[in-house]
Amino acid sequence: MNLFKKAALASSIAIGLSLSASAWAENIAIVGAKIHTVSAAGIIYKGTVLIKDGRIQQVIEGTDVPSGYRTIDAEGKVITPGFIGAATSLGLVEVSSSAGTVDAQAEPHAISTVGAALDVQYALNNDSTLIPITRIEGFTSAATGLGGSDQLFLGQGAFITLATTYRPVLKAQAFMKLNVGNSGVDNNGGSRAALWVAINQSFDEAKFAKSYAMDPSQNWLGLTTMADAKALIPVLDGKMPLVVNADRAADIVQVIALKKRHTDLNIILASGVEAWRVADELAKNNIPVILDPESNLPGAFDQIGATLENAARLHKAGVTVVIGMDTHNIRLATQHAGNAVANGLPHSAGIAALTINVAKIFGMDEQIGSLESGKVADLVIWSGDPLEVTQTAEQVFIQGEQIDMTSRQTKLRDRYLKRNALKPVGYTRP
Amino acid sequence: MLNTKLKLGLALAVSVALVTGCSDDKQEERQESVTGIDKNPFPSTYQKIDSKPIVITNVTILDGIGGKIEDGEILLKDGVIVEVGKGIRLPSGAIEIDGKGKWLTPGIIDNHSHLGVYPSPSTRSHSDGNEMTSPVTAEVWAEHSIWPQDPGFQRALAGGVTSLQILPGSANLFGGRSVTVKNLPNRTIQDMKFPEAPYGIKMACGENPKRVYGDKGGPMTRMGNVAGYRQAWIQAQEYQTKWAQYETELEAGGSPKRPSRDLNLDTLAGVLDGDIIVHMHCYRADDMGTMMDVMKEFNYKIGTFHHAIEAYKIADKLAENNVCSAMWADWWGFKMEAYDGIKENIPMVHAANACAIVHSDSDLGIQRLNQEAAKAWADGKRAGIDISQADAWQWLSANPAKSLGIFDKTGSLEAGKNADVVLWSTDPFSTYAQADKVFIDGAMVYDRSNPESWPVSDFELGQIAEGDAK
Repeated sequence: MNLFKKAALASSIAIGLSLSASAWAENIAIVGAKIHTVSAAGIIYKGTVLIKDGRIQQVIEGTDVPSGYRTIDAEGKVITPGFIGAATSLGLVEVSSSAGTVDAQAEPHAISTVGAALDVQYALNNDSTLIPITRIEGFTSAATGLGGSDQLFLGQGAFITLATTYRPVLKAQAFMKLNVGNSGVDNNGGSRAALWVAINQSFDEAKFAKSYAMDPSQNWLGLTTMADAKALIPVLDGKMPLVVNADRAADIVQVIALKKRHTDLNIILASGVEAWRVADELAKNNIPVILDPESNLPGAFDQIGATLENAARLHKAGVTVVIGMDTHNIRLATQHAGNAVANGLPHSAGIAALTINVAKIFGMDEQIGSLESGKVADLVIWSGDPLEVTQTAEQVFIQGEQIDMTSRQTKLRDRYLKRNALKPVGYTRP
Repeated sequence: MLNTKLKLGLALAVSVALVTGCSDDKQEERQESVTGIDKNPFPSTYQKIDSKPIVITNVTILDGIGGKIEDGEILLKDGVIVEVGKGIRLPSGAIEIDGKGKWLTPGIIDNHSHLGVYPSPSTRSHSDGNEMTSPVTAEVWAEHSIWPQDPGFQRALAGGVTSLQILPGSANLFGGRSVTVKNLPNRTIQDMKFPEAPYGIKMACGENPKRVYGDKGGPMTRMGNVAGYRQAWIQAQEYQTKWAQYETELEAGGSPKRPSRDLNLDTLAGVLDGDIIVHMHCYRADDMGTMMDVMKEFNYKIGTFHHAIEAYKIADKLAENNVCSAMWADWWGFKMEAYDGIKENIPMVHAANACAIVHSDSDLGIQRLNQEAAKAWADGKRAGIDISQADAWQWLSANPAKSLGIFDKTGSLEAGKNADVVLWSTDPFSTYAQADKVFIDGAMVYDRSNPESWPVSDFELGQIAEGDAK
C-alpha cells in the first residue's frame, strides 16, 4: 500500500469515527437532481445539495454551484435523505439460525427479571457484513434492538449510524421494547391477564424507585430487579420512547389506556396490524405506528383485520406512519413503502415513513431525517423513484462522506461474473 | 355474428363468469394397472367455471415465451386461449375488455408454496407441513394436509397467481409428495387439483434435516444426509425391480407372489420410473453438485433445486444437467447456507442458459412475485446482463410450468392452452402495478374494481373486516 492510499484510508476511518473529525471532509455539491427535502421546502424538481463539514450546508433550486465544491452531476436522478431502518437488529446478528452467538436474542440472567435492564449498546458490531449490504441500498442509520427474549421487556435499543466506524452508536438507550401481542403473551404467563398486571407492577416499581435509594445495601423485593426498575425510570418520564408491539384492536386500546395511566409515556406502537381500526384514537393520543405495510394475512387470531391499506388509513386519520419490518432485510423497506403507496398512501408519506417520521419518533430529527441546512449529510442519489423496485441507490453519503458502494454480496457477484474457469475460484479476486 | 359483440360492465362480466354454473368437464380418472394398484387414488374433481368468450383489446402483451405485442388482443373461449395477436375476429356474445394502458401476461405460477399446509392463522392445530418423525417420509402426501380455507389462496389470487405447487416442508431428506393446484380453492382439496398434473416429491439438502434429526438418531451431518438419500434409492431400486418382475410374470399369465406394498417406496420408485418430479430444497453450490451426482448414480432426474441461493456459482453445471433453479430475488443470510445470497442470482442463472424460476416459499411473497422478478431483472441489467422483460417473464410462468410438468397446459399465452391470464394495471415490473383482473380457464375469477365479487374463505366469513380490501 502506498503512502497516499494509507493516508486516504486513515482519513476515511477518522471521518467515520465522529462527526467532528469530518471537518476534514471535502465540500461537495450534488447538482441537478429532483430533491425530496422532506421538509417545508417539499420537492425541488431541479436543485443542488451543498455539503460542507459533513453537514447539509444548503439545498438550493437550480444548478449554479458556488466555487470551492467538488461537483457531482445528478441530473435526472432523485435525492432523498438517507433512509432509516425503524425496526432492526443490525449490528446484533450476523446469521440468525444455528451459526453461533446472536446478540439479538437474550437468555435469562440474574441481572434482570423483566428484561428492561438489557441494553444492546454494548453488543454492537459494525463489522457485520449486514451493515454494508444495507447501507448501499440507501439506508444510513437504524434503530436496533433485541429481536427476541422470553422476558416481558425486550430491553433497551440503540440508534446507530451505518457508517464505517468502531463507534456506531448515535444514541444509546434510545428506546425500550415491549411486546403485548400473542407472542409476548405466550412467554409471559400465557395470558394477558398475567402480562398486563406484570407491566403495571413494573411501572409502579419504577415510580417507587425514583425516590428510593437504589443501591445494594437496600432491600428490594420487587418483581423487577433494581437494574430493571432503574431502566424504566426514563421511560416513565417520557425521555426514552416505549416501543410496544401490539396487533389486535383490543390490545392497542390497552396500550392507549397505559398511556392514560402514565401520561408522560412516549409510546410508539409497533406492528399494529389492526391499528387502522383505532386510527382516530391513536391520532388523538399522538401515538405513531411502525408497521409492515405488506402484512395482510391473519397470521394469528390477533391479526384478523390485517389489510394492505393499514398505512393509508392510518395516515388519513392523521397518525404518524413509519415503515419497518423487523428483519435483517430492512433494505426492502423501500419496496414495502412502495406497496403502501400502491395501496393508497401518498407517495410523500411513503418517503416520510422512511426518513423524517423515523427520526422524529426516536428524537433524532434535529440531526437527520430531512435535507435541511445544518443537518448531518446522510443522503442518497437514486437512479429514479426509490420506492420503485427497478430503481436503485447509486451513491450513498453518510455524514458527508461518499461511501464505498460495495458489499460482500457485490464482491461475490463480481467474482462469479468474471470467474476464470482455468483456476480455482479463490484466485478470482474481484 | 361478428357485430353482436357485447360490451358488458365489469360487474356483469363477473356475474356471467361466476353464476352460469359449471362446465361438463370430465372428471379425472383413477389409474388402475394390471397389478391392481391405483396410481391416482385421489383424482382431481376440479371444474372450470363457465364463461362467455372474453376478448381483451389494446393491451401490451407479454406472451411468456419471449414475445411482446403492443396494442395486442387475446381471445379466451371455452376455457382456453384461442388466439393472441392483432385483428382477432370477435365471436358472438363475447365480452370485450378494453386493455388500454394495461399489460397482459400468463398467470403467475408459484412452484414453491406451503399455502394450506402451513395456513393462516398459523396455529399449532394448522401446522401440517412437516412430518418430522423420520428423515425419510416419502409416504406422506401434501394434499392430505391442505386446508382449502386458507385465506392465503385468495391473497395470492389478487397477486395474479393462477397455479401453484404445494410442498411438504424441508425437515426431511424425503418430505413427501407435493401437489399442483389451480388457485381456485373449493370445498375439498381434490376440487382444486390441477387435472393431470404429475406429482412431485420434496427432498431437502443441507442444514434442515441434520438440525432436525441430529439428536434424534441422525442424520446429524451433511454426509449423513447423502448416505440417507443413497440408502433410500437402493431400497427403491430393489422395490422397483420386485414389482416390475411381478408385473411381467402376471402379464405372461403366471401367478407370481405379490410383493408387499410400501407407500414410501411407491413414491420413490415413482421417481425412478420418471412419473414423479424431484423438487429439492438445496442452497449451497457444493450440495447441489453432490446431488447431481447422486442423481446420475441412481439414474433419476432432479427437476428443480429450490431456494438455490448459490445457483449463480454453478449455473453452467445446472444448465449442463438441465436442472431448474427456483430462487428468491433477494432473501439471504438467515442461516449459514443462505449467507452467500446475491441479488443477481436469477439473471446470472438465466444468462448461463439454465432454467431460472422466481418462487416465493411465503404467503406474503406469493402476492407480489412480479415485483420479485422485476427486482432481479433490474439488478441483472445493472450488472450487464441485459434480458428483455418478455424473456424475464419466463421466470414467473413458463419455467415454473416446465418445472411442474404442466407447460403443455399452461404457462404461456399460446393457442390451445388453459386461459390462465392476468390483466395488470400497468407495466408489471413496477411496485405500483396491480393485478386488475385474473382469469383461470377463461373465467374472470378476480376483479379488483368489484369488491362484491372477491372470493372470501370460510375462515374469514363472520370475522373482523370480512371482505375488506386485503
